[in-house]
Amino acid sequence: MSHVIEMLNIRKEFPGIVANDDITLQVEQGEIHAILGENGAGKSTLMSILFGLYHADKGIIKVRGKEVHISSPNDASDLGIGMVHQHFQLVQNFTVTENIILGREGSFVLDRKSAASKIKALSEQYGLKIDPNSKIEDITVGMQQRVEILKMLYRDAEILIFDEPTAVLTPQEIDELMQIMRNLIKEGKSIILITHKLNEIKAVADRCTVIRRGKMIGVVEVAGTSQAKMAAMMVGRPVSFKVDKKPAKPGKPVLELKDVNVMNIKKVLGVKNFSLQVREHEIVGIAGVDGNGQSELVEAISGLRPVASGTISINGNDITHISIRARNEAGLGHIPEDRQKRGLVMTAPLSANMVIKEYYRPPFSKYGILNEDLINKHAQDICDAFDVRSGEGIESLAGKLSGGNQQKAIVGREMALEPDLIIAVQPTRGLDVGAIEYIHKRLVEHRDKGHAVLLVSFELDEIFNLSDRIAVMNSGELIDVVETSATDEEKVGLMMAGVKSKEVTA
Amino acid sequence: MKIKFKSNTFLIAVSAVILGLVAGAILMASIGSNPFEGFYYLFRGGLMNVERIGNTIATAITLMLVGLSVAFAFKTGLFNIGAAGQMLVGGLCATLVAHYVFLPRPLYLIVIIAAALLGGGLWGVIPGLLKAKFNVHEVVATIMMNWIAYWSIYYFVPAYLKGPSLETESKSIAISQSLRSPWLTEIFGGGYINLGIFVAILAIILIKFILDKTTLGFELKAVGSNRFCAEYAGVKVNRNVIISMMIAGGLAGLAGMTYYTGYSRNIQIGVMPSMGFDGIAVALLGASSPIGVFFSALFFGMLQSGKGFMNAMTEVPPEIADTIIATIIYFTATSVLFKKFWDSVGKRIRTKRKDRADKAVAQEGKDNG
Ligand SMILES: Nc1ncnc2c1ncn2[C@@H]1O[C@H](COP(=O)(O)OP(=O)(O)OP(=O)(O)O)[C@@H](O)[C@H]1O
Ligand SMILES: [Mg+2]
Repeated sequence: MSHVIEMLNIRKEFPGIVANDDITLQVEQGEIHAILGENGAGKSTLMSILFGLYHADKGIIKVRGKEVHISSPNDASDLGIGMVHQHFQLVQNFTVTENIILGREGSFVLDRKSAASKIKALSEQYGLKIDPNSKIEDITVGMQQRVEILKMLYRDAEILIFDEPTAVLTPQEIDELMQIMRNLIKEGKSIILITHKLNEIKAVADRCTVIRRGKMIGVVEVAGTSQAKMAAMMVGRPVSFKVDKKPAKPGKPVLELKDVNVMNIKKVLGVKNFSLQVREHEIVGIAGVDGNGQSELVEAISGLRPVASGTISINGNDITHISIRARNEAGLGHIPEDRQKRGLVMTAPLSANMVIKEYYRPPFSKYGILNEDLINKHAQDICDAFDVRSGEGIESLAGKLSGGNQQKAIVGREMALEPDLIIAVQPTRGLDVGAIEYIHKRLVEHRDKGHAVLLVSFELDEIFNLSDRIAVMNSGELIDVVETSATDEEKVGLMMAGVKSKEVTA
Repeated sequence: MKIKFKSNTFLIAVSAVILGLVAGAILMASIGSNPFEGFYYLFRGGLMNVERIGNTIATAITLMLVGLSVAFAFKTGLFNIGAAGQMLVGGLCATLVAHYVFLPRPLYLIVIIAAALLGGGLWGVIPGLLKAKFNVHEVVATIMMNWIAYWSIYYFVPAYLKGPSLETESKSIAISQSLRSPWLTEIFGGGYINLGIFVAILAIILIKFILDKTTLGFELKAVGSNRFCAEYAGVKVNRNVIISMMIAGGLAGLAGMTYYTGYSRNIQIGVMPSMGFDGIAVALLGASSPIGVFFSALFFGMLQSGKGFMNAMTEVPPEIADTIIATIIYFTATSVLFKKFWDSVGKRIRTKRKDRADKAVAQEGKDNG
């Protein structure tokens, strides 16, 4: 079979780090080729080189056997290479059609009609189910991703790159995306897929290139390789997928929610009459489909959103109306949902980011003067403990870290606060299996020290793996709270759809 | 927390300056003047003798403080376009002190500085409050404050500070009540140089200290770089917006003091001080860092004070100097391009060095073997 893409002996250096060290990637015509590697292994960098966003320091790129120089995304596009970025590049108040023809108008007169009909035809051909006339702001994240796919197809891309496409999708949407990928292959396209989820690789990929710390480890046939084998190749040691934990020994309540009501952005109740306790030495997982009030609930507890009525207390102290800082001091830690927006200051070094909740108090400052040595030491300790990898250590700007390493830094910072209650929202989103294992362990450890953990995750696996009790949310209401040992994924799935547990058992 | 001063920012500024000068040269040549002659007189005009150097510094003093004001607000993510109004009000307060307060010199200086800080600070804090409480964009609010200051002065000065025969400016303050200082004047052989230079240098040191070393600076920068993260971390975003605008206003107020009671000795009515806007250029070229502001203010000060001389000695119109400034701003604003260029140069040098080191190691290995 012929190779559509060959990247031979690619090298790319960033200050202080070799992101790609002699990596070779060969993609065959008509295959789905997965790239697997730890956080910061250099996957996104490699794809950015292929897409013309970065320049390789060394190595050659061949497209359909011919050596090429790709110096901009336009070059890549002309060669039939398209990319769906992790952060979509769409104009919110434009329609699907307008977004797709943006920058490709052709002539001065916008021929929206014929564009729309071409988009409609493409959408049907690949089973994308997109209405060309709807506005981006009105459609779901999963749909937006399909618009990105359509954008590539509209530009006649033959080789499609997906960088962690499933990190933002619900399980249902992931299944649909997998089907779309199969359709694309059927129509003769080739796909490069970056993902941390081994079951996705198993489900769709033909071959998989594994990289570790910038170096290529090998290429495997997916069909003949177990998930455990792939994980071990990538991390360099065996990885366990199950979390070892002893039964919970719940003590007195740490977090108490009583009849909490919260308005959402649209000024209607996003959380309704919500009551829940999270006790010492216990992990409570909130299960639910994205958008059922989880974000509003977490924001209300952490003080980012006002509470309409009801009370929230930590260790018996009412915190319903106190400032965010006072809540932090009362023992609240929070791994936020959106790490780029809330979690880090991207343009500041890691050192500053690691003390962003503590800089104002001793030992990190005294009389308003910062103690740089201690701040640096603290940051270094977190980076060591959580294996945060970056080019220039604690001096690296947070924005220069790979997505997974950013997440590890945030988790490390919050854990270092030793909070009585930690709210972890999607704590392992975008992390490699090794890092997931590590963070799960640390969350359980946190519980075992006698603290409380409130976990919010859209992945049932994670909820079941970690939680002692599971609280199911639907349309802002608490459907039920159940012991993890007394339920299963099917029952929780039904409750997530709004069916009460009594009806489930009946 | 210190954000490292990358040598690249310096190279970018220098590249922008050089390209600005080249653009100026092309312009001069295209209107039939000799660019070498033009630049010769431009720089001579700013640096020819101690008196001219003194005047360059005197111009730079005000630019430094305005530039610092804009840069400081930038750090908190705010665009202070109201430095002109803050200068006017700070300058007016200083002028009032100069007319009516008579104290021993050191005490007097403290009072006049405090008055300028208060006036400018007040003019800055109002937009800050509006932004914090009602989310009024600071650009809109500061522009309005500029005009409020402009018209207030327009009526206040003739009513309360009218000079004996002058209709368009306030009566002059006594030299002994100004920031001019006999020993400074003597060193520089006359000219406009005044004690403001020490105020400016102190302000630069103080602001640098606040930004790099204090929790206040940490908060301001956090709010400026990512207010969502700052909010999440428990920083009071609104409070910082207010404080930042107050300090920025105070700095511009000091600039007004150095201009109206140091450089000149009266306030003109019906004139918006253009230096209030030049401060934006100073801050941009200085990459919003206090030290950068110091040097870029000196550079712009030199252009400002040299352009008159150039005009007198050659055919080159003084607007060329303004064009050069504008071009430099343009190139600074598009600095991404230079950054790429210098990054790639840096990398090439590093690779070469590494290759050489590798070879040396290999050689050594051979020698030993
Ligand atoms: N623009 C940049 N400047 C400096 N260093 C960078 C830059 N981009 C990436 N890096 C570094 O290069 C390494 C590889 O990053 P990359 O984003 O390719 O990792 P990744 O494999 O995509 O990881 P993840 O799974 O976490 O997304 C990381 O150590 C990162 O810190
Ligand atoms: Mg990546």
